[in-house]
Amino acid sequence: MEYIVLLFSEIYKILYVLIPVLVSVAMIVWLDRRIWAFVQKRRGPNVVGPFGLFQTLADALKYIFKEIIIPASSNKIIFILAPIVTMTLALIAWAVIPFSEDYVLADINVGILYIFAISSLGVYGIIMGGWASNSKYPFLGSIRSAAQMVSYEVSIGVIIINVLLCVGSLNLSDIVLAQEKIWFVIPLFPMFVIFFISSLAETNRPPFDLPEAEAELVAGYQTEYSGMMYAMFWLGEYANILLMCALGSILFLGGWLAPMDIPLFDIVPPPVWLILKILFLFILFALIKAIVPRYRYDQLMRLGWKVFLPFSLIWVVLTSGYLLYFDLLPVY
Amino acid sequence: MNIIRIFKTVFLIDFLTGLLIAIKESFKPKKTLNYPFEKGKISPRYRGEHALRRYPNGEERCIACKLCEAVCPAQAITIESTAREDGSRKTTRYDIDMLKCIYCGLCEESCPVDAIVQGPNFEFATHTREELYYNKEKLLENGDRWENVLAANIKADNPYR
Repeated sequence: MEYIVLLFSEIYKILYVLIPVLVSVAMIVWLDRRIWAFVQKRRGPNVVGPFGLFQTLADALKYIFKEIIIPASSNKIIFILAPIVTMTLALIAWAVIPFSEDYVLADINVGILYIFAISSLGVYGIIMGGWASNSKYPFLGSIRSAAQMVSYEVSIGVIIINVLLCVGSLNLSDIVLAQEKIWFVIPLFPMFVIFFISSLAETNRPPFDLPEAEAELVAGYQTEYSGMMYAMFWLGEYANILLMCALGSILFLGGWLAPMDIPLFDIVPPPVWLILKILFLFILFALIKAIVPRYRYDQLMRLGWKVFLPFSLIWVVLTSGYLLYFDLLPVY
Repeated sequence: MNIIRIFKTVFLIDFLTGLLIAIKESFKPKKTLNYPFEKGKISPRYRGEHALRRYPNGEERCIACKLCEAVCPAQAITIESTAREDGSRKTTRYDIDMLKCIYCGLCEESCPVDAIVQGPNFEFATHTREELYYNKEKLLENGDRWENVLAANIKADNPYR
């Protein structure tokens, strides 16, 4: 009996986080298309619901009723598993994101490691999809994607070390609380920029959308997918983008904290601040999609390994040297 | 690489300029139409959906001369005709296969009595192919529906014919 009560209370808590995330994914797809259209002086989706807000729901409904086509030569089990893996991994990472001091599903002490592990696993969904399709474009796309995500994961890891050096804890709530005096975006501004660009590459967004480059690879690893399975890839992709924005705002923009400690800002509930910061980062994501051309593959690799990695490594040395010299190393 | 270029690369100057331009552009008026609610201007010569016109007294204009059938490059038009009691020649059948039609406007040009015309309507998509095999009734109905516009268009375009 006790077990069942616990189970239901846990499920309730999970839904309490998951449903807002899924709804905001739908909204964010709309926002993405809208911003893209606005930069190109188009109107974007504006018919379904107020300002076209329900466009994504209409699209999802359409996808549900579409036939799922499984290629005859594909590896069927892995083919079906791939979008499920992508979406699940994109969603379970939200478990450790703190929306406010007590509104967090799993307040574990290795939160940042957990997120890092989950987002590293994210590449498996894409590789599985590309491999199981047994077709050349998905295969090429997934190879590219694997190389790209692995390379940028490395620099993101090193950037996170910078933040962790300043915090002294792997707990995401502690990371936010450590920014009460000053957001890390100010002392670690170059790292924030590199983190942002790396997260663009990590989520396969333009200018790093090589895995799904329409011009040469049709749609990359998604080419053979249709109906609900395609929609799940799509959902996972945007949930991942949202997660990266959330991570960026927690690591650098002070998470749920208000910009300044004045009473006026205390009226706004903490989760709203986090949502505003995520929105700000996402609008940047969407604007960048509209203005940049796609990188060439060797340029992408050069940027990741020859520019970002050495630069962030040097910054780790600088940060730790500074903290050690001025005796600011946090001790928990 | 000279100094300025390195400076520009490191501080993402070109990128930030692009971002500013993007933000500025996104507040400018839109260039596209809000399509189902507002439509673009259509020239009087526009070659849209076909229609068979009538005289003001309700008599069909078509005299079954079959010039349109002969001129049609896609052979989309089929006409059968017979003599009526009053001795005039009228069509018993006037079919246009809208799927074959290439909307070249030759039927309209060849018609000596302005009977077959291509109107301004371009929104006649259907769910099945069968609905696009137009017969005489459908074409006459189109003519009745669009008569005002069609007459105005023919008048407007007359000086250039």
